[in-house]
Amino acid sequence: MTDTPLIEAKGLTRHYGSRIGCTDVSFDLFEGEVLAIVGESGSGKSTLLKLLANEIEPTRGTVLYRLRDGAVRDLARLSEPERRLLARTDWGFVRQDARDGLRMGVSAGANVGERLMALGGRHYGRIRGTAADWLGRVEIDGGRIDDTPKTFSGGMRQRLQIARNLVTHPRLVFMDEPTSGLDVSVQARLLDLIRGLVADLGLAVVIVTHDLAVARLLSHRIMVMKDGRVVEAGLTDQVLDDPADAYTQLLVSSVLAA
Amino acid sequence: MTPVQDGYNFAYLDEQTKRMIRRAILKAIAIPGYQVPFASREMPMPYGWGTGGVQVTASILGPDDVLKVIDQGSDDTTNAVSIRKFFKKTAGVATTTHTAEATIVQTRHRIPEEPLGAGQVLVYQVPIPEPLRFLEPRETETRTLHALAEYGLMHVKLYEDIARHGHVATTYAYPVEVAGRYVMDPSPTPKFDNPKMHMSAALQLFGAGREQRIYAVPPYTPVKSLDFEDHPFRIQTFKDPCALCAAEGVYLDEVVLDDRGGRMMVCSDTDFCETRRAAGHRGAMLGTAPAEIAGEASHG
Repeated sequence: MTDTPLIEAKGLTRHYGSRIGCTDVSFDLFEGEVLAIVGESGSGKSTLLKLLANEIEPTRGTVLYRLRDGAVRDLARLSEPERRLLARTDWGFVRQDARDGLRMGVSAGANVGERLMALGGRHYGRIRGTAADWLGRVEIDGGRIDDTPKTFSGGMRQRLQIARNLVTHPRLVFMDEPTSGLDVSVQARLLDLIRGLVADLGLAVVIVTHDLAVARLLSHRIMVMKDGRVVEAGLTDQVLDDPADAYTQLLVSSVLAA
Repeated sequence: MTPVQDGYNFAYLDEQTKRMIRRAILKAIAIPGYQVPFASREMPMPYGWGTGGVQVTASILGPDDVLKVIDQGSDDTTNAVSIRKFFKKTAGVATTTHTAEATIVQTRHRIPEEPLGAGQVLVYQVPIPEPLRFLEPRETETRTLHALAEYGLMHVKLYEDIARHGHVATTYAYPVEVAGRYVMDPSPTPKFDNPKMHMSAALQLFGAGREQRIYAVPPYTPVKSLDFEDHPFRIQTFKDPCALCAAEGVYLDEVVLDDRGGRMMVCSDTDFCETRRAAGHRGAMLGTAPAEIAGEASHG
């Protein structure tokens, strides 16, 4: 652990033509910290996540990232090979739709092993062993290792996505609505799993969600977005229990009590 | 040398087109295994019949060249006969079926059994030049993967083969790494022929007409078939020798003889087989095989 943040966003702004994707977002994220970004649809959550993960370029602003060797780099200034290497070793990205994050046509084992092979793994037995180990850690039956994700349920696909991302021991994982579209009992198990892995591996996570319960369960800190702006940020329980901003108050009060 | 038919430029293509293709070939030789785009022309044959190979051959052909054309190792199948006739008519060059006599060998599916020597050129007809095509459908992405030498995907495919079949089940178009850099599809040749590409004395040119790509393996270039440490690359083996010429360690075709299960395994390289028989080698079925198979092949 160091005092330098893992990721540091400064004045991040992205315009889509004359429309605003998100504007003037700044924050720090330290190793092992979980940050939830909440807000309604169209509030700029996903745009912000893509900016952080370097998948789209910001109109203004920078993202600084501390590499494993301690050097702090501006993501926009990384070369294409550096960027891609970072994305498949030090980062993970769990997509809302598992079909975007998995190779649906190849087996679960190959899905998990792909990053290892991309990094030069050339021993079939070892790659398969690692894949089997990770399937176990995300509670997928080892007997399904040669089945394609097409035959998996929604919850299993999300867990497979997580295994595929964590196999290279990344330090930072982006999650875009990882639990939406799953029924509540499956959601609960997945959240439990994510919480366990985050704690065990000391992952830093940026999770985008519209579900305040997910944010409360997983995150240390929270950012509330509306119309592309951050309207409130702080410790999760503080913001959710004692919201200061009018919009946050509205958001918190719109949750139905079970 | 037979006279060139009136109305055609030498070897069918006009000189400007040939220059354009030669520039692509030179670039391909300079960057072994890299797919060079070129402005492929309409040829008087359908795509899939070797339009890429024909354009490459037309561009490098000179009046003194001796041309051999094979299809599945055979000199006397339709595709081989037609292309040979095409160049006889439009370029008036000498043609042959003997590998050793040829200066240019155009091929579909096979590399001749007789090792090619310095000064010979092997031209492949390629249907799909992109080895990553069925793993990554986006052309923009495959180009990036080549540029950054990110070939993990190729091993994902091999992994899938082993997971499903217990061994690498890819038997043709088996991906190779050329000169330690680019991964290349050796066209639909059987993987049996992959080792022949390694450090070959001959120049190897690949032409894909529909896909508009040319690539090359210069003479004496290392060509390595991709594999896993614990599942090394292996070529096909055959139980029995050729039934006609008793050759071993060559690629054999299965020929069905009747509808009662009768079959024989014979050399896929017809010229190699005939040369061996002429030298007195006799296979187990040479005396009994039907004349259509064992008899002298008629050469167009």
